[in-house]
Amino acid sequence: MYKYTEFDSAFVRARIAEFRSQVERRIEGGLTEDEFKPLRLMNGLYLQLHAYMLRVAIPYGTLNSAQMRQLAMIAERWDKGYGHFTTRQNIQFNWPKLADVPDILEALADVEMHAIQTSGNCIRNVTADHFAGAVAGEVEDPRLTAELIRQWSTDHPEFAYLPRKFKVAVIGSDADRAVLRFHDIGLQVVREGGEIGYRVVIGGGLGRTPMIGKVVREFLPKRDLLAYLEAILRTYNMSGRRDNKYKARIKILVHETGLEVLKDRIEAHFEAQKRVLPDVNPAVRARIAEGFVAPALSERPAAALSMSPALRAFVDTNVTAHRDANHVIVTVSTKGIGTTPGDVSAAQMRVLADLAERYSHDELRISHEQNVILPHVHRDDLPAVHAALLAADLATANIGLISDIIACPGMDYCALATARSIPIAQQIGEAFADLDAQHDIGPLKIKISGCINACGHHHVGHIGILGLDRAGVENYQLTLGGDGTQEATLGTRTGPGFSYSEIVPAVERLIEAYLDLRQSREESFLDAYRRVGIAPFKAALYEDRDAKAA
Amino acid sequence: MAAEALAKVATSNHLIEGDVIYFAHGVWLRDLARAEVARTPEEADDLLRRARAFPHETVGVELVDVALEAGVPRPVHFREAFRTRGPSNYFHGKQADHV
Repeated sequence: MYKYTEFDSAFVRARIAEFRSQVERRIEGGLTEDEFKPLRLMNGLYLQLHAYMLRVAIPYGTLNSAQMRQLAMIAERWDKGYGHFTTRQNIQFNWPKLADVPDILEALADVEMHAIQTSGNCIRNVTADHFAGAVAGEVEDPRLTAELIRQWSTDHPEFAYLPRKFKVAVIGSDADRAVLRFHDIGLQVVREGGEIGYRVVIGGGLGRTPMIGKVVREFLPKRDLLAYLEAILRTYNMSGRRDNKYKARIKILVHETGLEVLKDRIEAHFEAQKRVLPDVNPAVRARIAEGFVAPALSERPAAALSMSPALRAFVDTNVTAHRDANHVIVTVSTKGIGTTPGDVSAAQMRVLADLAERYSHDELRISHEQNVILPHVHRDDLPAVHAALLAADLATANIGLISDIIACPGMDYCALATARSIPIAQQIGEAFADLDAQHDIGPLKIKISGCINACGHHHVGHIGILGLDRAGVENYQLTLGGDGTQEATLGTRTGPGFSYSEIVPAVERLIEAYLDLRQSREESFLDAYRRVGIAPFKAALYEDRDAKAA
Repeated sequence: MAAEALAKVATSNHLIEGDVIYFAHGVWLRDLARAEVARTPEEADDLLRRARAFPHETVGVELVDVALEAGVPRPVHFREAFRTRGPSNYFHGKQADHV
């Protein structure tokens, strides 16, 4: 873990003191809401449908046990006993009171956390592969780069008022687990001729105009990263549209300007910026590297495990190979049947913290799929870890299966939402509650958004669900064939939407169609869709419905 | 077809608590059923003007449509229905607070 310097701590504490004063002035009447709103947003504080919401950054999704315990304490003391992990590897508290927020921020600062730049038109929390440093095949741990970008972008004066928010993701191998191609900037650590650098992608995004990012540099030497990022951001800051918020993201600039023209502008800025920022101070790089030294893994050979059926099912779905053969990566599902995706109670947070401390070198990760990862677990410890998770209702063996659903908060919480998303996820989970049936269906990613802003990543769901308000009634559009991995594919809309009561039966018809269509159990939903196309699924959705209605 | 009669209430979020509130004759309440209802465009303008006189108690005042059942305002749009009840994903928030 990266440890704060004295400067970092002083900066965060000063920011809290400033915000405390701003909150006091708002409550006492010294600031209007128009004056206060941009200040609270800079500190991650939104006003949602029923209450304030505080979004706390979890840099590149990495937490230690002390931080997780502090989140549990905050959830119990100032919220309603739970937190919500988001699709950007952050945590949101849904019920804080305005007057308590400065105290919450102090509690976060006690464990080197904050809510700065989790809102606003600035560079947001940098995300990364949630298996970073644990999985095989990495050129380098992407968090080294993510932390460097975090430090560079925090309170960067030039990029505090961009045309729109700006999201950066980093991965360290060819396997994309961070939805890289759908970020404003996506960086893949690569090696070319023995030299480490980056493959740079720009202009990806979801939202109302989904676009797959384009490669702007096949290889950028490592030393040039910050100068090149400044060149991209400067180009965007100067040329990005500010007249229409729906056309203000860099993806629109790339689309309207053309990659080659934009690339020339970026390169021109880069040539100038390289002279100002030739490389990162080696001492800074070294200090960051200290925070990401690989844990001293036990060399004890793993014994053959005697597994119960429940543990076997858990291992089949929730356990991923580690770069070290004696260890595994354990993904803890927050998607128990009928639960809210991403919600974790304070008690569960403490269990996860205890497990991380005892079995995973004090590390936890939050995935963009709203699950929690124990990245370094010795194989021999799997039965104990599974038993503890089972006791905490955290052992659902469904990672990558139909009930492992991404769902944004939707209209149950979010002021921007046009329909609910969580209850749809809950109902799908209940409709496919039988884990054996889920295993039979196989790998399937359902992603649900409660509005066009697509926080639930519906465009890249194998089955994507978008909730809209159609004449005062919740209506759900379906897209099929999306893929957020290195294959980077946008889903295709099936046709007319479905009502709240119709959408889960519609998903069931899709699954029935897939089971009829697949050539074998080895052919996944996505593979079958790619083979046969959308037509048979549309028939299942609409003709079967119409036939039943007739 | 006759136009439906206008019925609007003024709603906001409480500055400190953040929760949903409704305006009623100079005070802000948590209960939609007790909200003051405007029945004409002139009454709606006047209601909004009076409701906006509490900028240090409220965040974002707006008028929303309601239906009247035996004279008691009820939400028309599902968004407003959720605002009266709290989240539907499980029993917590406003629903639990009222138990």
